[in-house]
Amino acid sequence: MLDKVWDDHVVRSAPGEPDLLYVDMHLIHEVTSPQAFESLALSGRRVRRPDLSMATVDHGIPTVGRELGITDPLSKRQIEALEQNCEEHGITLFGVDDLRQGIVHIIGPEQGLTQPGMFIVCGDSHTSTHGAFGALAIGIGTSEVEHVLATQTLPRAKPGSLAVTVDGDLPLGVTAKDVILGIIREIGVNGGHETVIEYRGSTITGLSMAGRMTVCNMSTEAGAVAGMIAPDDTTFAYLEGRPYVPTGALWEEMVAYWETTPSDADAVFDREVVIDTAGLEPFVSWGVNPAQVVEVTGRVPSPDSFDDPLERDSARRALEYMDLEPGTAMTDIGIDRVFFGSCTNARIEDLRAGAEVIQGRTVHPDVGAMVVPGSGLVKLQAEEEGLDRIYKEAGFEWRDAGCSMCLAMNDDILSPGERCASTSNRNYEGRQGRGGRTHLMSPQMAVAAAIAGHLVDVRAWQ
Amino acid sequence: MKPVSVVEGQMVPLPHANIDTDQIIPKQFLKGVKRTGLGPNLFYNWAYDEEGERESGFVLNRPEYAEAAVLVAGPNFGCGSSREHAVWSLADAGFEAILAPSFGPILENNCYQNGLLPVVLGDDDAEEFAKLAADPANSVTIDLPAQRVSSGDFTASFEIDPHVKERLLNGWDQVDITLQSVADIEAYESSRPSFMPALG
Repeated sequence: MLDKVWDDHVVRSAPGEPDLLYVDMHLIHEVTSPQAFESLALSGRRVRRPDLSMATVDHGIPTVGRELGITDPLSKRQIEALEQNCEEHGITLFGVDDLRQGIVHIIGPEQGLTQPGMFIVCGDSHTSTHGAFGALAIGIGTSEVEHVLATQTLPRAKPGSLAVTVDGDLPLGVTAKDVILGIIREIGVNGGHETVIEYRGSTITGLSMAGRMTVCNMSTEAGAVAGMIAPDDTTFAYLEGRPYVPTGALWEEMVAYWETTPSDADAVFDREVVIDTAGLEPFVSWGVNPAQVVEVTGRVPSPDSFDDPLERDSARRALEYMDLEPGTAMTDIGIDRVFFGSCTNARIEDLRAGAEVIQGRTVHPDVGAMVVPGSGLVKLQAEEEGLDRIYKEAGFEWRDAGCSMCLAMNDDILSPGERCASTSNRNYEGRQGRGGRTHLMSPQMAVAAAIAGHLVDVRAWQ
Repeated sequence: MKPVSVVEGQMVPLPHANIDTDQIIPKQFLKGVKRTGLGPNLFYNWAYDEEGERESGFVLNRPEYAEAAVLVAGPNFGCGSSREHAVWSLADAGFEAILAPSFGPILENNCYQNGLLPVVLGDDDAEEFAKLAADPANSVTIDLPAQRVSSGDFTASFEIDPHVKERLLNGWDQVDITLQSVADIEAYESSRPSFMPALG
């Protein structure tokens, strides 16, 4: 599948040079684009294909009190810069007051701008999310954002391929988030180095598009260039009728094309890994990278249990930062905050799954919990389904869409020492606020932790 | 971009695995609209305490490493967020090269765009340079044309994509190179499937 999508995008190929690839869709946000537009202006260039570019504001935007305007002067300047740049170059912007605004990796698929066989780039590492549709989608830096603005292409040497096969039914209470955390634990945070991962097998094909996006989203946490899942009827059903998906004869033509993109049965990969679903449980992280996870029924490991000296050093430093003792049962770890959101887990399916856990229970009095829908449209749909009432009555804050506390660029930030159950993708030191301690997990597990006040095995409640 | 050929200077060791770009430059420094001035905020949460005072124990703050131009890091250096601010802050702080067994893929590309040289070494060679870097008196020479790194009597070779190497040696801007292929881009555009999505 990588080869097919790659070959379909080669503009120019020459021996000893990277292939020049054509970008079908360039997604833009306010934090990694201002310097790119500035350089473009300085060199007197224009955006080559504004019609193949889409922008939104997500990283620094507040999730509460938007009627007061953007009060952080630096974020306000970035947002205004994006508004001006989009205006000047004719790029469609889903801006602050647009109902379609949201996390860029949630709204691309939601609008139907993410389709099988496309080459998609964005100045954000979680661009890998879009691979769930069988697109090749990679994160780039700001200089390359400028390159794409100016040329609508990107030079790249073809990465290797890694097949990750997951077969079988998921055990009760095990979600897509646990599948990807289990994969990263197995292959490591650098296990996908210089490769594009193709996720295969009946477990993967059995996932909804939301679940597939959760899996592909964290390909970057496995060190991969991208992650992909073959498009199938689930993909086509998700896309049909979306705003930027055509109807009629063009739709038929598209589906016929999409059906040619999956890997052939005899496709050869550079490496293959098989994950046993029987070994998957709800996972929670104990450390400061997404491979440092353990079953919720498990305990904080001892650094001495790692053979590799670098992993031992990493575990020792992680436990010091996380203020955890080896041997502690994960379910004995108390929490102060819950963040339910991010491009990993803030789709309508995630919000429904979290709400089902509540069953009339309320958030623990010592815990501050917030739900941040992934887009304005996800928020609206949740409200139409009454999910907002369930969350609010349970004591969760119900916020506006954005990246929020996943990277804590706005006011949604942990204080030093605070411990957070989070549905996001990175438990790096200081990611959610300096001195803050992040435990990654699924939406269901995060909601259960909010209620219990500590990490808890949600399966006991089901 | 300024051409890169031979980098010579002092090394500083930071040989932990998986140092992510959130550590290199925390989020509060991503709110600017310029590329400049980020050097003082490099590794902010390790370099400064919560009162904003310099942490004297952090290796980059030690006066004997004040002239460091080459960072010696562990595997998967610069994993995580795509923020090019990580590279801008390293370059602004005076770094010209990084030695590591592997790099996060986006950071590696960002380095090439800014003339900061990421040198991929074998695990054993990287370990040896980390040991050598522990003595601030040791300097290192990275010879890009010869693809060799040496410090004192110790020398290691490294691989680099030949096209990237040529670009670095000549200081070529990638956009300038690509724009020489405008005819190819136009030809591709004229044959793209009409069902591909477009806005506006």
